[in-house]
Amino acid sequence: MLKLGIDVGGTNTDAVLIRDSTEGAVLGVTKAPTTADVTGGIVAALRDLRETTGFEPGDIAAVMIGTTHFINALVEGGSLAQTAAIRFGLPATRALPPLVDWPQRLRTAIGGHSFLCHGGHEYDGTEIGPFDEFEFRTVLDKAVQAGATSFAVSSVFSPVNAEFENRAAEIIAEQLPGAPVSLSHEIGRMGLLGRENATIVNAALRDLADHVTTGLTRTVAEAGIGAPVFLSQNDGTLMDIDYARRYPVATFASGPTNSMRGAAFLSRTPSCAVVDVGGTTTDVGILRNGFPREASTDVSVAGVQTNFRMPDVLSIGIGGGSHVAQGADGITVGPESVGYRLTERALVFGGGQLTATDIAVAAGRADIGSAGVIGNSTRVAHLDPSLVEGALARIGARMAETVDRMRISAEPVPVVAVGGGSILVPDDLPGASEVIRPEHFAVANAIGAAIAQAGGEVDRVFSVSPQQREAVLDEARQEAVDRAVAAGARPGTVEIVDIEEVPLAYLPGNATRVRAKAVGELSLGGDRDA
Amino acid sequence: MREITAADMKDMARGAAVLGTGGGGDPYVGRLLAQQALDRHGPVRLVDVDEVPDDALVVPTAFMGAPTVMLEKLPAGDEMTRALRALEKLLGRTVTHTVSIEAGGLNSMIPFVAAAELGLPLIDADGMGRAFPELQMLLPTLGGIPATPMAVADERGNDLILRTVDNGWAERLARSATVEMGCSAAVSLYALTGAQVKEFMVRGTMTLCERLGTAIREASRNHTDPVAAATDVLAGRRIFTGKLVDVRRGTAGGFVRGDAVLEGLAEDAGHTLEFAFQNENLVARRDGEILASVPDLICVLDSDTGEPVTTEALRYGLRVSVVAAPCDPRWRTPEGLALAGPGVFGYDHPYVPV
Repeated sequence: MLKLGIDVGGTNTDAVLIRDSTEGAVLGVTKAPTTADVTGGIVAALRDLRETTGFEPGDIAAVMIGTTHFINALVEGGSLAQTAAIRFGLPATRALPPLVDWPQRLRTAIGGHSFLCHGGHEYDGTEIGPFDEFEFRTVLDKAVQAGATSFAVSSVFSPVNAEFENRAAEIIAEQLPGAPVSLSHEIGRMGLLGRENATIVNAALRDLADHVTTGLTRTVAEAGIGAPVFLSQNDGTLMDIDYARRYPVATFASGPTNSMRGAAFLSRTPSCAVVDVGGTTTDVGILRNGFPREASTDVSVAGVQTNFRMPDVLSIGIGGGSHVAQGADGITVGPESVGYRLTERALVFGGGQLTATDIAVAAGRADIGSAGVIGNSTRVAHLDPSLVEGALARIGARMAETVDRMRISAEPVPVVAVGGGSILVPDDLPGASEVIRPEHFAVANAIGAAIAQAGGEVDRVFSVSPQQREAVLDEARQEAVDRAVAAGARPGTVEIVDIEEVPLAYLPGNATRVRAKAVGELSLGGDRDA
Repeated sequence: MREITAADMKDMARGAAVLGTGGGGDPYVGRLLAQQALDRHGPVRLVDVDEVPDDALVVPTAFMGAPTVMLEKLPAGDEMTRALRALEKLLGRTVTHTVSIEAGGLNSMIPFVAAAELGLPLIDADGMGRAFPELQMLLPTLGGIPATPMAVADERGNDLILRTVDNGWAERLARSATVEMGCSAAVSLYALTGAQVKEFMVRGTMTLCERLGTAIREASRNHTDPVAAATDVLAGRRIFTGKLVDVRRGTAGGFVRGDAVLEGLAEDAGHTLEFAFQNENLVARRDGEILASVPDLICVLDSDTGEPVTTEALRYGLRVSVVAAPCDPRWRTPEGLALAGPGVFGYDHPYVPV
């Protein structure tokens, strides 16, 4: 079974062809410049991949696409729909209406339409007040008159009871057939403002999502490929193209997630530390069973506080372009860097700045003869061997320390070194059981997309009495599994990869927040019946 | 006296979270509430304890309930002023000042809302100098000041007045009322005279929050050590730097109890630090030896950013530093320890001052 993985980044569009994820053979890779319409780069990449590998479009079983297009659109504030943010919560929540902590620029870009209605639920699932249909219809009329075309609906404790949001969606569908509706319980987790903000962002991206998903489907079809198209989500699992049309916000963190998962896959080590060395920084992340460990703190995206789970990444200011200097206090490496101007400024390329790459070349780490891209080693032959050795030791020590701070036990971990500057990672990195340098790491993002599975997640507050604890956890597990199957996983392959229970503080009655995540192999073509 | 504007609240909230010693509720929602109120009504006058006349009528406001609930069911906004007004009406005298009962966490921010809306000056002080889980755990309790009469107000418009035999009963009855109100409600209690504020409250804690928050932010921006900066402001001591390798949690009587284990990094490599929490951090043991315990402050800060880490955010793999800082000396007296010492939280070891 052949799969195509495509990563549409801000600069480049990468495409890879792989044969079945478990076997893991990479048959071809390519890069093309990303075009403003997103699809141009894909067309070029697919054409190139077909020429180099000779694949038959009919043999492709699935196309997986990862893209940073939606998060970039939010950051730039362009192509955003006029959005009505409607919340059920009155008389509570009045003090902090929807859009309360948004940057003015973005608030203006989506029209600033913020509305409050009565209702929502208490933590135990009882109503704060009844659903007031007249009030909601009035708000809807006002929103439409104000110019809103996309609707974000949130309700207090909707992760416990989604009734208000669902009723609102029915009324919108009846009154404004076809209007895009985003419901907070389908998008975020506990924490009203973070969940609501993610929902509003999603609603604002719906027009663009329509446009982009239509373009992606058409592009793939025009390449003669009849296989289903999927998009990668934040957590490293997939959504089908219709889901992506409705939930563009679910692609936001897919970039770093795909990159790490791709690196782990290429090196066949599902639990590892990934050390990604770029021009200016080194990013270190940890994978457990093929999924990145998530950051514990809320993240702000383009100035909007959301409660997405993003991969936990620690960055240090050392990269291939880092300045190297011999000062009074010893040798320093970074944080200043020549960055993308490495090929003009570094000594090996005839420039005047001593960089980490020069050090690596002088130490013989980079085999210039074969690659022919790391410049001229004679230009660094004059460097004092003690400087070269000292700088390398410094780089190795900083990287080892960073890996050590990220890893989760005293056990040495396998380290997967990727990125343009990965020659800086020493083979004998302290704390690493081994250092693996996979092939094709330059297209790790696209590989990460290609190998993704289908997943499902539950994040809810349950009332857990001590005798029922196991029953409640089973209920959460089952719900996560059901969601994974609904998202396209083949029953029987679905496993729980993470389960977490956190009792709520200062709250009698054993209210416990349970989060469970399940993933499984994607059900493709005929094997749905198997 | 100085004026506090919405722009000052971010630093103050960060510092308040440090004094929250892991609990007290994330001040995020409290900060937003305060910022909204300050934007709408203008700056709040923050007055020094010495500026308060002895015969002033000082009425604190606070939120009671589950902070996690408050992140979901946000306040209506007028609960605190309604609670304060209800108590004022009962007392039959005009309130002249408001003050925080708890500088740690969310409740450092709440009095700013009441002060802004009612145009009252806010006193630079609080009743704990940190955060505690129960409302009788206030220094004024040691001074014999009753918590009641007390008003409890919810977002629906329910006001409740409590008169109790002691401050422990005020906690019990108000807690169950809060649960009925959906696990979050505003309270107004511990009406004090200016003279009593001078005698029984902890001075300067609002500006301490601000100084802490500013120090962490500036150190972080200047790439100096933010944990060291916070430690200086707290006049505390960094007792451990490490990586969180285990967290165990469970509920007991409505409170989250748990333990966390840190594995040492840098100079602490090869050692472990265990700390126990019940909403707030209570006891820290290094290789089994008690280094710090309640009522002293045990603050867990992110080693890189200096940002305070709450007990609910404790997760495997976090890199944190633990800072111990001395509590107000009155907590260290036999009476203080009987009210909020290790024994109150179920520990049989003697108190070890930091």
